[in-house]
Amino acid sequence: MSIKLFKYITNSCLNSRTVMRFMSTTNNEKLIRVSFNKANGDKITAEGKKGDSLLDVIVNNNLDFDGFGACEGTLTCSTCHIILDQKDYDSLPEKPSDEELDMLDLAYNLTDTSRLGCQIILEDKLDGLEVKVPATVNDARYN
Amino acid sequence: MKSIINLFIFCWKTKQELGFYFWRLALAFFFLFLSSSLLSIFIDILLMNRRTHWPIHCSVSIFLLFVSLNFDFKLKTMRWKYLNRTIRKYSKNVNGFHVGIVGSGPAGFYCAQQLLKTIPGCQVDVFEKLPVPFGLVRYGVAPDHPEVKNVINTFTKTASNDHFRFIGNVTLGRDITLAQLKQSYNAVVLAYGAEEDRKLNIPGEDLSNFVSATKFIGWYNGLPTDKNIEVDLNANHAVIVGQGNVALDVARILLSPVDKLRKTDMTEYSLDTLSKSKVKKVTLVGRRGPLQVAFTIKELREMLKLPEVSTKFYKDQMNDIEKIISDLPRPKKRLIQLMYDASQKTEVRDKYFDILFLRTPISILGTSKVEGIELAVNHLEGDKAVITDEKYSLNCELAFRSIGYRSVQVDPDIIFDKHTSTVPQNPGIYSVGWLSSGPVGVILSTMSHAYQVASMINKHFDEGLLKDQKPGYDYISKLLKTKAGMDGTKLTK
Ligand SMILES: Cc1cc2nc3c(=O)[nH]c(=O)nc-3n(C[C@H](O)[C@H](O)[C@H](O)COP(=O)(O)OP(=O)(O)OC[C@H]3O[C@@H](n4cnc5c(N)ncnc54)[C@H](O)[C@@H]3O)c2cc1C
Ligand code: FES
Repeated sequence: MSIKLFKYITNSCLNSRTVMRFMSTTNNEKLIRVSFNKANGDKITAEGKKGDSLLDVIVNNNLDFDGFGACEGTLTCSTCHIILDQKDYDSLPEKPSDEELDMLDLAYNLTDTSRLGCQIILEDKLDGLEVKVPATVNDARYN
Repeated sequence: MKSIINLFIFCWKTKQELGFYFWRLALAFFFLFLSSSLLSIFIDILLMNRRTHWPIHCSVSIFLLFVSLNFDFKLKTMRWKYLNRTIRKYSKNVNGFHVGIVGSGPAGFYCAQQLLKTIPGCQVDVFEKLPVPFGLVRYGVAPDHPEVKNVINTFTKTASNDHFRFIGNVTLGRDITLAQLKQSYNAVVLAYGAEEDRKLNIPGEDLSNFVSATKFIGWYNGLPTDKNIEVDLNANHAVIVGQGNVALDVARILLSPVDKLRKTDMTEYSLDTLSKSKVKKVTLVGRRGPLQVAFTIKELREMLKLPEVSTKFYKDQMNDIEKIISDLPRPKKRLIQLMYDASQKTEVRDKYFDILFLRTPISILGTSKVEGIELAVNHLEGDKAVITDEKYSLNCELAFRSIGYRSVQVDPDIIFDKHTSTVPQNPGIYSVGWLSSGPVGVILSTMSHAYQVASMINKHFDEGLLKDQKPGYDYISKLLKTKAGMDGTKLTK
């Protein structure tokens, strides 16, 4: 148990946002902020580095999004479905590929401005981006 | 006492605030250390002599000891306050809520994951017929789709939870009964999938080289029970009855270059057999039309991209479809557009992949081995296929049936809907995944379904429906041990 405790403390030290921020500023890298609006109304803001995908941001920050990113960004699951504002959708540099659209076709609550989170790569101009994370459940009765 | 300790571990693991609590603790001790050293240095300087004034040193250390003890005492009271709060908040923890899940496919694992999260401290035991977990993700998903299998990492994370137990080699209906599970667990979750493949029930189905796609898939994926099936790939033309993703999986494996498959973790014996395959043409036969196909666009696109394979549609079958594409809703629209575009291509390659619509198999032809298949021509009334008198036959040396799966009632006590071959929900006994929703949909839909059921269980728990005291695995493990051939060592984690 004491080893577990020790592990927990060291882990929490290493994961702590302050430490991360400190470490990355020493690398002179600017962090990009992204907000996730969950279906239950929660809003979660997290930071990532340039070149990270939205899925990376969620994984690196240990955000608890049920079932998100099951295929780990390999474009085979559509559990990383997110919805953007029209404006943000249009301003993304990369348009969705056929393969991404194919996977999106299987997603619940599909919209015209839906994308897969693992395919959206952060860059400086996306700082402050807000995305909607639709419910993974397709039936309102259970929500 | 044990549960209190568990509770502590749980608090430490999960509560962010406690992280800060430890930070404060560490910080406080650091300052204590700093100030004590400073103080002794200060005293040394003040008295200028180290040796003669040891009583002062002693008294300072005793004073500091007292201070730190006092501090520790305060911490203890803080800890008790925390404990009280968490006990109240997570009193579920102490109650010992036991859940028994049967089947360790995606449905079982996603349900376990969600239960462990929403009912903190509940104990989840998963029983599996096979020695190894993950169900169709291991033995169904095609080996050339390793990315899909990444979800195993998520499942493994769930399995590493202290409150999760995996019990392999235990079959419901053979080693244990539903009644025994009911006696041991507050909630029983049936997640044993839909393993039986549906039959065509036409003459000739037992001819050799008429193969069930399920078995073929088990064969190339290394499922122990399907290791020795007979399939002769010394055939020019293979017909697959069915137009879903499973049918496409079989077609793709038959038409893929073996060197590509060698890079996957497909079984050696299958690679061996496939490397000697003579199959040049695969035809996918479906009862209905292009608008009703069950396969998804991703799998079709993969077929279209296979090297050395040209995709063809039978004459006139795609003619009128162009006009209606623009009116279709999105997922269908993109699929039909892709099919239409493919049907317009005329290039000729080494191998063929054909799609034939509006045909119902009426008999498999041949004396001992498959020689062909006789089909009835259908027309559509709305979404339904209606057989006409017109007949049509195809010559083939190999044929598969891939018309879907069916769940079975593995224990007579299971409330089983014979019409739909599914198990409905009941407080105390739940069903998830293909067993509950029917054998359709991808892992995403199974996940969504498992989450729904988990939240239902959570709701029933909150309403106090499942509050009886249950022995959990203690009881079952005794039963399993007394069973012939079962011993504790078989129970792997
Ligand atoms: C050939 C094939 C390919 C597929 N490919 C994909 C794909 O590429 N991508 C995708 O998203 N989805 C795919 N799917 C769908 C996906 O596999 C299913 O959605 C999912 O596996 C259903 O999960 P389940 O847990 O309900 O059933 P299963 O995965 O079948 O799990 C049931 C488990 O219960 C066990 N069991 C059975 N009977 C008993 C018993 N009596 N006692 C104890 N345990 C028992 C079984 O051994 C098994 O482990 C595929 C399905 C098939 C059939
Ligand atoms: S994580 Fe699977 S598609 Fe994005």
